[in-house]
Amino acid sequence: MRFSPVRFFPIRSRLALPAALMAVVLLSALSMAVGTGDIPWRLLLTDPGAGDLLLITRWPRTAALLLAGMSMALCGLIMQQLTQNRFVEPGTAGTVSSAGLGLLVMGIFWPAAPVAVKMLAATGFALAGTALFLLIVSRLPLRSSLLVPLVGIMLGAVVGAATVFLAVRFEMLQSLVGWMAGDFSAVLRGRYEVLWLSGGLMLLAYAVADRFAVAGMGRDVAVTLGLNYRATLALGLAIVAAVNGMVTVVIGTLPFLGLIVPNLVSLMRGDSVRGNIPWVCVLGGGIVLACDIVGRVVRAPYEVPVGTVLGVFGALLFLGVLLTDRAHARP
Amino acid sequence: MIEVRNVSKVYGARRVVEDVSFTLPPGGVVSLIGPNGAGKSTLLSVMGRLLPADGGQVLLDGRDVAATDSAALARRLSILRQENHFVSRLTVRDLVAFGRYPYSGGRLTAEDRDRVAEALAFLDLTALADRYLDQLSGGQRQRAAVAMVLCQNTDYILLDEPLNNLDMRHAVAMMRLIRRAADDLGRTVVVVIHDINFASAYSDRILVMKDGRLQHDGPPAEIMRPDLLEAVFEIPVQVRQIEGQAVGIYYR
Repeated sequence: MRFSPVRFFPIRSRLALPAALMAVVLLSALSMAVGTGDIPWRLLLTDPGAGDLLLITRWPRTAALLLAGMSMALCGLIMQQLTQNRFVEPGTAGTVSSAGLGLLVMGIFWPAAPVAVKMLAATGFALAGTALFLLIVSRLPLRSSLLVPLVGIMLGAVVGAATVFLAVRFEMLQSLVGWMAGDFSAVLRGRYEVLWLSGGLMLLAYAVADRFAVAGMGRDVAVTLGLNYRATLALGLAIVAAVNGMVTVVIGTLPFLGLIVPNLVSLMRGDSVRGNIPWVCVLGGGIVLACDIVGRVVRAPYEVPVGTVLGVFGALLFLGVLLTDRAHARP
Repeated sequence: MIEVRNVSKVYGARRVVEDVSFTLPPGGVVSLIGPNGAGKSTLLSVMGRLLPADGGQVLLDGRDVAATDSAALARRLSILRQENHFVSRLTVRDLVAFGRYPYSGGRLTAEDRDRVAEALAFLDLTALADRYLDQLSGGQRQRAAVAMVLCQNTDYILLDEPLNNLDMRHAVAMMRLIRRAADDLGRTVVVVIHDINFASAYSDRILVMKDGRLQHDGPPAEIMRPDLLEAVFEIPVQVRQIEGQAVGIYYR
């Protein structure tokens, strides 16, 4: 008898999601309490200046962590449905590196552009890069499940190489590395607010979740069921590109998130897309929050960027997912 | 009524389907037989608007399936392809419920749930309803896929090799079910099938394709002739009448 993970994570209980949500709220509180500089908790209610630290740096940072974590994990879920492949996420589809190229191009030609314009540029590049990936994948004669992400990783590497070349040419390599590091320490009030748009995109994705589920059955079944397959593909692509544009501009990269979170949730609950979206968001936000807290505490007062912590934890978690259920993740 | 008018399909330089025309009046079971590479699956895919025709058209009640609103068509015509490799980790019930998507858009009503339960019972899958697809045998998965198509409740059902992966018992059960869907529910079912004896035993009409062309079209009694079958399949075939049924013998 095959090992059935469902039995070991009885997550279908009605209380499971509220409990997970509570855990994320607690993590958020912890995230706001941790950091250099003590918050004068006792004066919060009496001294109007005492809340500044919270409002200017701590709350924006926590909100940005949550929004970026939730939306990037959701991007993974959407892309896995659209490509019918468990190993595809923005990082393995050329999306992230294309957004990075967009950011660099803006840095070269219009460094003083407002955040919204930079975001639009990054989104446009992410859209083009991901569309190119989907085009290549649709022409692959052999759609082996390992070949698809490999093609994406190669495409990402090519775009990344072009980006580095440009960065070296224009002496912006240092800035580029800084931008892409997946670092929340620079998040301040007034510099992260575009991320709230990702909240709207998440709601949109939830509203059309069933279409993504049908698309995840493959083109033939989707067409038979009357789904407008191309439109669904385009909508998913637009959501993923926009989220990546925002997150890349404000934060940088969050490696592995789109890969591990949807796979973890699928392992626990099976693949009901609409039912899984809340879980993917809660887990995605929670994991990023936790990694950020670890990164801030581990060698305080210095910080380890969340992208680095996530890289370590993500690799371990993903290995765990692969080993827990081989049949589930088999090529 | 489905009218296939001069349909052709070209892959590169190869004409896979060439100038095929026939008419399917409502009702009955129609088998599509022929050697490998005859163009059966391609023709079925064109009929089910999964592939565009390179020439000719397929009309459902006078309207071109390639130009009709796909969502509306999904309530009249369904097609199941041969290979159904689902990456999603779904239970049998989840999969079958997808058949209701054209009606409910994913949010199941009480009627949808009844239909799903009916389809599960029809295919003897009730006991497996909450198992994940990757825990099933190939035959069980095949039945689940057919249950999904049945659940779609369309007048016309196109099935590409529904007997794939099925053992003798389940193959017979599947053909009986197809017969019942036609007789009791008034559906029109077109099946691509490899076993000429199943085609002979269960269909009202057999279409024979070879090299992309429709070569013969008639009731089983007309098609189950040694000379005809030998010419089509290029092996010696004897035909015997057993219990009122024409049986082709070609195994040795």
